[in-house]
Amino acid sequence: MTANRLPLLEADRVSKRFGAVTALEDVSLTVDKGAVTCLLGDNGAGKSTLVKILAGVHPPTRGEIRVDGEPITFSSPRDAREHGVATVHQDLAVIPLMSVWRNFFLGSEPTVGHGPLRRIDVQRCRRIALEQLQQLGISVHDPDQTVGTLSGGERQAVAIARALHLGAKVLLLDEPTAAMGVRQAEIVLEQIQRARDRGVGIVLITHNPRHAAPVGDRFVILRHGRVVGDFSSREASIERLTTVMTEGG
Amino acid sequence: MAAALAVWGFFAIAAGEPFRSTAGIAAYSNAAAPLGILAVAVALLMIGGEFDLSVGSIIGFASMSLMLLTTHFDWPLWPAIGAVFVLSALIGLLNGLLVVRTGLPSFIVTLGTLFAFRGLTIALSRHWTGRTQLGGLDSMPGYDGARQLFASDVFGVFRVSIVWWLVLIMVATWVLLRTPLGNWVFAAGGDAQAARSAGVPVDRVKMGLFVVTALAACLVAVLQVVRFTGADVLRGELQEFRAIAAAVIGGTLLTGGYGSAVGAALGALIFGMVQQGIVMTRVDADWFQVFLGIVLLMAVVVNHALRHRALSA
Ligand SMILES: Nc1ncnc2c1ncn2[C@@H]1O[C@H](COP(=O)(O)OP(=O)(O)O)[C@@H](O)[C@H]1O
Ligand SMILES: [Mg+2]
Repeated sequence: MTANRLPLLEADRVSKRFGAVTALEDVSLTVDKGAVTCLLGDNGAGKSTLVKILAGVHPPTRGEIRVDGEPITFSSPRDAREHGVATVHQDLAVIPLMSVWRNFFLGSEPTVGHGPLRRIDVQRCRRIALEQLQQLGISVHDPDQTVGTLSGGERQAVAIARALHLGAKVLLLDEPTAAMGVRQAEIVLEQIQRARDRGVGIVLITHNPRHAAPVGDRFVILRHGRVVGDFSSREASIERLTTVMTEGG
Repeated sequence: MAAALAVWGFFAIAAGEPFRSTAGIAAYSNAAAPLGILAVAVALLMIGGEFDLSVGSIIGFASMSLMLLTTHFDWPLWPAIGAVFVLSALIGLLNGLLVVRTGLPSFIVTLGTLFAFRGLTIALSRHWTGRTQLGGLDSMPGYDGARQLFASDVFGVFRVSIVWWLVLIMVATWVLLRTPLGNWVFAAGGDAQAARSAGVPVDRVKMGLFVVTALAACLVAVLQVVRFTGADVLRGELQEFRAIAAAVIGGTLLTGGYGSAVGAALGALIFGMVQQGIVMTRVDADWFQVFLGIVLLMAVVVNHALRHRALSA
């Protein structure tokens, strides 16, 4: 169904060396519109390195990154963001002491008025923040609530909703469910599905096949920096993903 | 807010009528205004995640600079006032640059500038005049105009410094709560790394805040020099700690990211009330420090609890 459409984001035979360490070797991965690509692998497999390359943190040593089919070299995470590729870090995303709406619009506050009377359009901020969270299935009642009082899943939602509102076409999520219990992880997976249904392309990194299996459209498994498995959702089962992750393809 | 009311209530009963009268209100408001101006600026900086221990020294430096420029170098008064504001802004910028560039804690960096500018003030003043105290500003041309602006009284017994203080509170509150810049100040102090990743120019925000505290210190210096028509090199000593204490009593977190201008102003008002209240109750003035110390400790405990509550799901 997506065969005649260009992927939103591609990594093509990407390698990355840090001095003598080869973190990635000939890794390819595609992210389609409205699809979730899961990136699986044990600790040290190279998942974070790949995502950092996609996010503009590191340049690849070899290989190519393409956005909408066009080769590109991101100069910084900001540059990547301007091309619609946003990363949601687990810790860096939100500021606990600030309210939901202040976090949501941090760095891109909409204003009204001119000159010294130019001010944040607070009513609009409050409304949009709640609406956008609602769309991810999160009902926060008070936009003035500090983010620190939200649950882990709700905090993640603030970060994801914010990236989407700022125009992200591709979301890179590095282990968003790592530190969460079952209930919170489910909330995050639900958000991922809702974002996908809105046409966003998503890369979900996890080392837990149980979290990947229910939401993934495509599964790329890394081991020691190489791709050892690349399955569609029809081919993938939790058992198979687990086996390939631990024993290779 | 509750703390301010409690302290007021305590002295309103203990000191009786004098404390509740207009003259009494004027006494502690007048006493609180200079500290209040400092505390509001210091609170903004603390919300932004930094300290400025050099504000007291900047008061001394700006006071003596104004006296030297006018009485020793024969500058006209108004250009001299303009010049000390520029000098102070440059000191603020220096503090900001040192903190941002070195990445060292501002506590240490501004402790350094605290000593450096106090020393410089004393050394230059001795060098040029051989004295550590200068007077006679009222014989300068233009003094009457400056007196109107910086040292007149309003409604009889209230000093005009209170008006400056109120204006500063309003502007600071507006900026903090209603402008993007205010949002960036909270973010810079709440989590600088997260703020940067959201595109907030954290370093510029912090440098700007250091300039604001330096300008507030300079304003206090000018208000006092014009009122007392002179200055000495020790002006402003210990004001840095009082300003931080007032901000903390007013709910500003030592760890940054939270606080308010109104709170800091009330903190300064508590200082003024305790100071004047102890005089009026004829308690030994030594108790002033003890009382403030206790109020400060209670404030820190309460803030800590509130912070914990704001951070737990
Ligand atoms: N900045 C770096 N410098 C040197 N080695 C690195 C760097 N980043 C990652 N590596 C190495 O690359 C390999 C892959 O790491 P990483 O991508 O973090 O794995 P994962 O996220 O799958 O756990 C590891 O061996 C790690 O030590
Ligand atoms: Mg990782």
